[in-house]
Amino acid sequence: MSQSFRITETRSGKSFACSDEQSVLAAMEQQHQRCVPVGCRGGGCGLCKVQVVSGEFDCGRMSSRHVNAIDREQGLVLACRLFPRSDLAIQPAPSGRS
Amino acid sequence: MKKGVMRPGHIQLRVLDMAKALEHYVELLGLIEVDRDDKGRVYLKGWTEVDKFSVVLREADEAGMDFMAFKVLDDATLGRLSEDLVAFGCMVESIPAGELKGCGRRIRFSAPTGHRFELFAEKEQTGKWGIAEINPEAWPRGLKGMKATRFDHALLYGGNLDETLRLFSEVLGFDLAEQVIDPEGKRVAQFLTVGMKAHDVAFILHAEQGKLHHASFFLETWDDVLRAADLISMTDTSIDIGPTRHGLTHGKTIYFFDPSGNRNEVFCGGDYHYPDHPPVTWTADQLGKAIFYHDRELNERFLTVLT
Repeated sequence: MSQSFRITETRSGKSFACSDEQSVLAAMEQQHQRCVPVGCRGGGCGLCKVQVVSGEFDCGRMSSRHVNAIDREQGLVLACRLFPRSDLAIQPAPSGRS
Repeated sequence: MKKGVMRPGHIQLRVLDMAKALEHYVELLGLIEVDRDDKGRVYLKGWTEVDKFSVVLREADEAGMDFMAFKVLDDATLGRLSEDLVAFGCMVESIPAGELKGCGRRIRFSAPTGHRFELFAEKEQTGKWGIAEINPEAWPRGLKGMKATRFDHALLYGGNLDETLRLFSEVLGFDLAEQVIDPEGKRVAQFLTVGMKAHDVAFILHAEQGKLHHASFFLETWDDVLRAADLISMTDTSIDIGPTRHGLTHGKTIYFFDPSGNRNEVFCGGDYHYPDHPPVTWTADQLGKAIFYHDRELNERFLTVLT
């Protein structure tokens, strides 16, 4: 049984539901929200990098060019590879694409 | 072919997860797995290709292209081109035969766009997949997915287009088949061919060096492109745009992403080029139409999403 969490993008105030089996970016697209830019959806291009402000999450594989170990530790991750384990607050990554 | 470079030979792509990459390139695109090596690399080809392989996948922690290679006439040509590259100012690296299984010695150099290229003269020829060499049938049974016929070209993003054109034309014998010119007369896109195709490799001007825009695979018909689009939906594969037509090259196309974010194209048709043809020119104010002939509007993703 998959759980559903609420994702809130704090800059725009938009929020949407996301299951624990779905990436934050996929859930956003499915619910026709446009608060995170959509690129390759595969962890390769870095366009959808976000700062997780609060909440628990897991991540799939991401290009090290865009997310290094320190980024990952600080919650700077790619929304297409971000899977919620609780409600999340996110915002655009400070520098955009690195 | 006047410098002895014949055609694209192979491309090595970095993928984040090999199992997912093979699900994509073999089951969806329909490339044939032909070999693996002790570095974990997997070798693939389109069914019409005579040489043993044309795509090499390498699992890495970063997506993108390691290098693209062209096949030259023979070993003497390879030796001569190596000297010509050095004379042009390129650093040339020698890679021994067998480093890629079934491939002869390669020479590797960097283009001024920041991309690594290779030349080689010899590769094991295993013939077209699934059909006999003598009295060949039209196509083999048992092809998967999009049934991609061959690796066709790559579009690469980087800087120093003028110097790169000079390298590819003066040293390697490529022709400028198509180009996009901005209002100041600066070339911002160049499509280069070494045969009759509209492009064997293409470059678009970009601030960051050495980026992959897409690796492209050839299909026979517009129906095949439409069927590829159906398969992209059936498999919930990340789509970029299409099916549509390009203004540049006039190819009929669809763009999508592999599971590591590397963009792929499958396409059919398109213009041809003879050595006496002047370059086809598009102006930058018509760039939308040049890229997407029907929408006549660029999507931001096509320009900025790279690996």
